[in-house]
Amino acid sequence: MKHIKYLLLRRTTQISLMCLYFAANAYGWHILEGTFGTSYLFGTVPLADPYTTVQVLATGFVLGTDVLLGAAIITVFYFVIGGRAFCAWVCPINMVTDLSNWIRRKLNLDKEEVNYRFIKRSARYWIMVVGLLVSAFVGVAAFEVVSPITIMQRGIVFGFGMGAAVILTIFLFDLFGVKNGWCGHLCPLGAAYSIIGSKSLVRVKHDHVACTDCMDCKVVCPENQVLHMINKESISVTDGECTNCGRCVDVCNDDALEFGIRQFVKN
Amino acid sequence: MAHSNSRRHFMATSVQSVGLAALGGMLWSGYTDSVKASPLVLRPPGALKEEDFLTACIKCGLCAEACVNRETNIDKETGKARPGTLQMAKGGDALLIGTPFFVPTEVPCYMCEDIPCVPVCPSGALDMSSLLNEKEELDINKASMGLAVVHKESCIAFWGIQCDACYRACPVLDVAITLEYQKNDRTGKHAYLLPVVHDNACTGCGLCEQACVTEKPAIFVLPNDIAKGKAGDHYVKGWDMQDQERVKNAQGKETTTDRSKKTADEYLNMEVEY
Repeated sequence: MKHIKYLLLRRTTQISLMCLYFAANAYGWHILEGTFGTSYLFGTVPLADPYTTVQVLATGFVLGTDVLLGAAIITVFYFVIGGRAFCAWVCPINMVTDLSNWIRRKLNLDKEEVNYRFIKRSARYWIMVVGLLVSAFVGVAAFEVVSPITIMQRGIVFGFGMGAAVILTIFLFDLFGVKNGWCGHLCPLGAAYSIIGSKSLVRVKHDHVACTDCMDCKVVCPENQVLHMINKESISVTDGECTNCGRCVDVCNDDALEFGIRQFVKN
Repeated sequence: MAHSNSRRHFMATSVQSVGLAALGGMLWSGYTDSVKASPLVLRPPGALKEEDFLTACIKCGLCAEACVNRETNIDKETGKARPGTLQMAKGGDALLIGTPFFVPTEVPCYMCEDIPCVPVCPSGALDMSSLLNEKEELDINKASMGLAVVHKESCIAFWGIQCDACYRACPVLDVAITLEYQKNDRTGKHAYLLPVVHDNACTGCGLCEQACVTEKPAIFVLPNDIAKGKAGDHYVKGWDMQDQERVKNAQGKETTTDRSKKTADEYLNMEVEY
């Protein structure tokens, strides 16, 4: 159990949240209603996706105060606990791409020679900015037109239709195309959350004295460039692209990785 | 040398990045612009004009959830909710994905008095103020989701068969649809009871379309932009004081063409070339 503690916690969180969203539509529950665009917690607290909100604002439309307040609440929340915790703990696409990754490792597709790395990880920041420009230019929140995240979430709540093809596309792209292709290279929502959480409090800490250099953490990490300190320095993983998924903590046999609070003062 | 190489490298990759971003942006804009163009769609009550609605809707689905879970939609026998009026556009619906719409022949809008779908809209895409009456109360009769149109050739009432299914189904009974009596000259002794839709009262709920007995409904709701014409400012109802008000500030505009430079007896005797 120790080796899948955070994985189980994450799956429980992701699935429970999706169940609550589903039940809001199917049974009229008032625990978590709506979708990521805007939700209400217990029918009162608004929650809104910051990147979606900024896209709509970019079109020049003045959004209702609940959306703006909701976006502020979500921003503050992830600013504290790590922006991309959304990706690892909430986003349903994470389950799809994690499955791709798992199969990729099982099929030995994980080796560099069968991994087409034709996209840079920085592409997502470009896509994020271009998404805002397109929103302003066309007058419609541009990423929301294509976002597999909300397509999947609405699919779970309201039914998939042909939207299932988009999810399958992401699955195949990550499995046979680029490793961590969607979440780690393209997704502008993840890029936005990387920026939001770049100074977050909750961070994984590395103890390089305990580390035996087995590199299990780097194999399993979806953003393994953030683990540059492994067996080099005893510091926190401070890169905003870390999703706080805790898989590295799970797989570490040496107790060299653990969640902690970011140290703001250097020793 | 190393310095100039790295600078050249930086310049090249910068240009490449900007170029790729421009390429992606153009493809993305083109796609986004094309999915916007789906005017044949009925939106929830209080929706902004289609163009503005597409901008404003944050695709959260709260309206559809409020619609399906409203008290009046719970089946008394099973205790479960029946299918709601509002659907969220999915891939393959050929609409802007994630936006709410309804199809009257599947489930029409039942025009709930408390309009559960509108106050929950967080973004302002469904404008509550457009549905307030003089007493500042929500009034579903103010809704204008579309306009019912009768195709008289397939409407059996126009054949002389008595049918008032749409008239009876209309929630704004005898106001939005009235029956016009006409003599049936074919038989000489019967009356036509012809349904006539009135734009100022029709909300576009679609109950008439759902009730229509013909194989494909002879009365159907079209979006306002499609169903309605516009006379323009240069036609004025001279007998209507209010209509005069409408064009009080109208500006005159004189156009000059080759023809209008000539005098009347010159141009009237010209041959017309098409």
